[in-house]
This record gives sequence, structure tokens and C-alpha cells, in this order.
Amino acid sequence: MEEKNQILEEHIASEYKYGFVSDIDTEFAPKGLNEEIVKFISQKKNEPEWLLEYRLKAFRHWQTMTEPKHWPHLHYNSVDFQDISYYAAPKKKATVNSFDEVDPELLKTFEKLGISLEEQKRLVGMESKIAVDAVIDSVSVKTTFKEVLAEKGIVFCSFSEAVQEHPELVKKYMGSVVPFTDNFYAALNAAVFSDGSFCYIPKGVRCPMELSTYFRINSAGTGQFERTLIIADEGAYVSYLEGCTAPQRDENQLHAAVVEIVAHRDAEVKYSTVQNWYPGDKDGKGGIYNFVTKRGICLEANSKISWTQVETGSAITWKYPSVILKGDNSIGEFYSVAVTNNMQQADTGTKMIHLGKNTRSTIISKGISAGKSDNSYRGLVRIAKGAKNARNFSQCDSLLMGDQCGAHTFPYIEIHDKTGVVEHEATTSKIGEDQIFYCNQRGIDTEKAIGLIVNGYCREVLDQLPMEFAVEAKKLLSVSLEGSVG
Amino acid sequence: MQASVEGKEILRGLNLEVKPGEVHAIMGPNGSGKSTLASVLAGREDYEVTGGEVLFNGKDLLDLSPEDRAREGLFLAFQYPIEIPGVSNINFLKTAINEIREYRDMDPIEPKEFLALVKEKQKLVELDGKLANRSVNEGFSGGEKKRNEIFQMAMLEPKLCILDETDSGLDIDALRIVANGVNQLRSPERSFIVVTHYQRLLDYIVPDFVHVLYQGKIVKSGPKELALELEEKGYDWIKAETSVAI
Repeated sequence: MEEKNQILEEHIASEYKYGFVSDIDTEFAPKGLNEEIVKFISQKKNEPEWLLEYRLKAFRHWQTMTEPKHWPHLHYNSVDFQDISYYAAPKKKATVNSFDEVDPELLKTFEKLGISLEEQKRLVGMESKIAVDAVIDSVSVKTTFKEVLAEKGIVFCSFSEAVQEHPELVKKYMGSVVPFTDNFYAALNAAVFSDGSFCYIPKGVRCPMELSTYFRINSAGTGQFERTLIIADEGAYVSYLEGCTAPQRDENQLHAAVVEIVAHRDAEVKYSTVQNWYPGDKDGKGGIYNFVTKRGICLEANSKISWTQVETGSAITWKYPSVILKGDNSIGEFYSVAVTNNMQQADTGTKMIHLGKNTRSTIISKGISAGKSDNSYRGLVRIAKGAKNARNFSQCDSLLMGDQCGAHTFPYIEIHDKTGVVEHEATTSKIGEDQIFYCNQRGIDTEKAIGLIVNGYCREVLDQLPMEFAVEAKKLLSVSLEGSVG
Repeated sequence: MQASVEGKEILRGLNLEVKPGEVHAIMGPNGSGKSTLASVLAGREDYEVTGGEVLFNGKDLLDLSPEDRAREGLFLAFQYPIEIPGVSNINFLKTAINEIREYRDMDPIEPKEFLALVKEKQKLVELDGKLANRSVNEGFSGGEKKRNEIFQMAMLEPKLCILDETDSGLDIDALRIVANGVNQLRSPERSFIVVTHYQRLLDYIVPDFVHVLYQGKIVKSGPKELALELEEKGYDWIKAETSVAI
């Protein structure tokens, strides 16, 4: 036992595979945040007047707000918002029409990350295709398969492009799920967001391929503030993936994104994230501050929104992907694996807001803490008055590795309708030495054994991920815990 | 060999030679050190080996990690098999087989070959195909767990198999199935150490030698008939004999 603990104490920072920096010619906004900067960003993007107004309103509102530091179970130094550059863009043309126009250095970067932007390449030998929107620092550099998707009437492009090409859609839906008044980081994002992905699936269309956005922070001294908006019109279906990485740096970098999802009648949206931002070194130096607001609304009857997240990166994670169940019979799901190792801290969970009748929600959360990390689940289930026969099932499991980490569960349950049924189950367990020895005795070394046991522990969640993503996620889980035991 | 746990000496000078193809039964009263012997051989770290050596394939087992012992061909059928939720039996075995193959400089097993092997070996212990796809030992009955141990043993094709009270908690039918499986795995190259309390198991798995372990030492060895004698007279006469000798 003692020996085991000793081994556990010997933390070796697992190698972060994506810590490299690319030498890309980049244009920056001067550091700091004021109305001039907000105007600068808007101007850079050639935005219409209404959007600039929106940004300025958000900015003014943000100035009246304070950083939400007291309620999350997180400890970190406040961000100096005046020490960040709010715009960084590769100097080559921001959006490109053909593959040949993309900066080769950018292509190399994404290739290194295992993301091919070459459509041809992805088509060969792959049964399922994935359309990618690649975002580096503040801008989207390339969106693939746009034409194929357009044939079905699907719009999949960068947010900036959507503002130019489909202003009516952007105007109608932006901020309808996450208004800028929602919280500190949502307000900040609304003021300075630079790019992101936009997706619209028209009535009755089932999107024939997975859509994905790949986010990469490259430049130093910047933050990333992207905005994603997904709209599934009546009877539409889309599965959406999001991945992210950042270089290894000693300073903390800020990532404050907003994702909004709107599902109309009978529509379904599946949103999967594998979050692998740089987590900092083993002493807690550097790493991304990940403050993200993700929310979907089941606007009309029989719609469904499902969030699946595998969170392994970031020094600080603060995110609560939520669903507002407004339409009758609508369904919200949240499947989460959050891994923290070394000095990482995560405060993550979900909110399920039941407004419509016969609405159902499911929450499956698996927290894994190792090293000296702290991992909290925070979730709200609210059943509003008049939400007849609403149901929720929540299961929150925590797995501890070693004796220096923490796991916490903060469930909030508010039931305002007598017909509602809410179930909450929670477990906390330690990874069993017996399990590890059993694996050892079958020829499996301890490192692999932990990977196996942890993957098994998370299976309910991993099963929700699209195939190719699941393979990645499984590898990532093992890598993230490398060195956490013997 | 000597070994202790938490400072308490359990095995106090134990000599045993097992030749290829032989089946040795280790019997003895509660607390005599039988399970300690099995755990020490497999490399469980709660035990401290205070002296001696264990030669296996010309290597000292005690120098090897538990996983390397397994890769060298040592298999322990656990008295209390461990549950690993969410990990399918199949995935678990495939990982194990490939780890062992890698150690022996072999390529990973072909999926087809692996599935054929699963099908073949399942039959040995009459294991339901569904069990092979379920999570390792999760929700298995006592009998199913023990059968699963023998199934794993068959899959990994070890050179030395240690059965740690495999008969405990088994009804007569399950005992027969498990013993049958073991008997089919007997071969001139494969040896067995069968640790048990009771003669019952040895009716089915007939040993070449029987050893009585008492107070951390082998106090009596003999042919299979010794087991019958123990069943008849209990362990008291051995204890008496031993104390006289001391």
C-alpha cells in the first residue's frame, strides 16, 4: 500500500503531443480591451452596423460585471484582461476558396495535428467523411466539403462568412440561446468574438456526414474567443464534433467560447467535444483557462439535443453544456468524462431546464482525478411549473487515483411541478489495486491496465461518441493519465 | 523460499520442484500459507520475499515484475476473480494475449485467429458466448467467475498454472466442468500447482504429488493417495506428527 502511494506520488508530466508552435505570419490587435478594440475587430471582419452595435452593447454590459470567482470550486489568479491581444490572424487571406490558396505552414500545422484539410485525401478509403472547419487563433482558415453540403442546402462555414452570406439567420439566432447578459465570459465573448463555425441544416435534411470544427490556439499572448451557432430546422439531424489543442507555454492563455444550438420541431443535434487544450506542466505552470458557455434549446416539440464531452486538457475548465427543454416531449442528454491530472482543476457539469411537458433528460458524468488535481461536477436540474411529467436521471461517478486529488459533486435540484421525477445517483471509488494486479497477472503492465480500467469506467460515455472520435478519445484518456500511477 | 506479509512470516523455508507436465496439489489447514504461496509466485506486492529463489524457465521469478512473470508463462487462477466494469472479457484477453506476444517478439494476433481461439476455448469450460462479451467478471455468478478463470487460462496457454482454491464456492456440476477444463489443458509441457482445502477437487484433477503445507513449510509429501488419507483423518495427525518432529 505504502509503496503504491509512493509510486503514485512520482508524477511524471505526461507528454503533451500538441505543444508545438507553428511559424505563421500573424497579424495582431494591440493588447488590451476597450471600445476601440471592439470596433477594430468588427472592422477587420467588415461587419454590418447591427453586429458592431451588438458587440458594443455586450462590451458595455461586460464592464458592469465581475469575474465569477466565488462559486466555482477553482483557485487561480485572476486574468488580466488588458494584457491579452483580442485578435490574431494568419496574414494570408482569411478565407480561401481553393485548397491551393491555404498557407502551406497552416496545412502542415493541421497535418501535424492529424487533421487533413485536403478533401481528396479524406475521401480515399474512408467510409464516413467528416467536413472540417479549421480555426486558428482568431479566424477560420478553411472549411471542407462546403460544396457537397450546399447541394443539400446545408450551410457549413465560418462564422464570419455566415455574417456576410446569411445575415438574416445570424441575426435571428445569435444570442437567442446565450444572451450576452448571461454571464461574464459570454458577455466578453459577445464583445470580442472573432470567428467560429456556423451551421444550418434545412427542414427535413439529415446531414450526410459528421461536421467538425477544429480549434487551434497558436500565437502567444492571445486569447481565443470563438462562437459557434448550430441550427437544425424542422426534422433535421446533424452530428457535430469539436476538437482543440494549443502550444505548450508557461503563461496561461484564455479561451472563452460560446456555443449555441437551436433545435426546431423533430430535429436532433448531437454535439461531441474532445477537449485537449494544453493542461500546463506538472507543477501547474501554464495551460489554458477554459471558460466556455455552451447551451442548446429544444425550441419545439419532439426535438433532441445531446452533449458528449471528453475533457482532458486545460489548466482550468469551467463549462456547463446545457439544454433548455422548451418544446413538449423534447429530450436533453449530457454525457461527460472529465479527467484531471497533476495540478489541473475542472468545475464542469450541465444544466437541464425543463419547461415543456413530458420532457426528459439524462446526465451521465464520469470524473477521474489523479495527481494533485481537483475535479468537480456541478449540475442543475430544474423542472419549471407547468412542465408536466418531466423526468431526469442523473448519474455522477468519481474515480480517484492516488491520495492527493479531490473529487466533488455539487448537484442542484429545483422542482416546481409535482408531476416531475428526478433521480440522482452518485458514486466515488478508487482505482483498485486488485484490478491492476489482476491485469498484471494476465501480462498487462500497470500503465496499460489503468488505460483499460479507465476506458471501461467511461464506456457509457465513450459509446456515445462517433466511431473515429471514440478511438481518439480512448487514446487520449490513457495518455492523459500517463505517469499518474507507477 | 521465505516470505512475509506486513512483517509476519508466513512461508518459512519451502522447497518444491515442479517438472513439466506434472500436477502438484498443495493442501493444508487454514492459515498454513497456501494462498500466500500462490500470491508470492504471481508477484503480489503485499508480500515481501525475505529469502530464497524461484527458478522458472531458468530465470529467477522473484526478479521479474508480475506482468513479466505472466509473459514468461505463469498463470494464476484467482480464488476471488476481480471485476473490471466496462471492459469486455474479449477486449481484456486480446490485450493480454498481445502483451504476451509482444514480450515474445511476436506480431499481434490476427482478429480472425483470435475469434477462432475464443470459440474453441469457450467450449472447454462450457462458457456461454455471451459471457465472453460481457465485462470482465461483472455480474458473473461464483461458478461463472471460476469458469472464466479457466477460460482465460486456456486462452493464454501458460506453462505453469496455479489454481488458488478454484473449487471454493463451486457446486458439484460447476466443479466437474472446471476440472474437466483443466484436465483438457494438461499436457507434457504444462505444469499445475493446485492449491486446495479438500480432496474433492482432486477426485477430478488427479495430481502426481500431494504436499501438505503447515505453518509455512511442506511437512509431508506423497502420491495422490495422501490426499485421501488427509480427507479421512483430517489435518490433526499431521499437526501432531509435526510437533513431535519439532
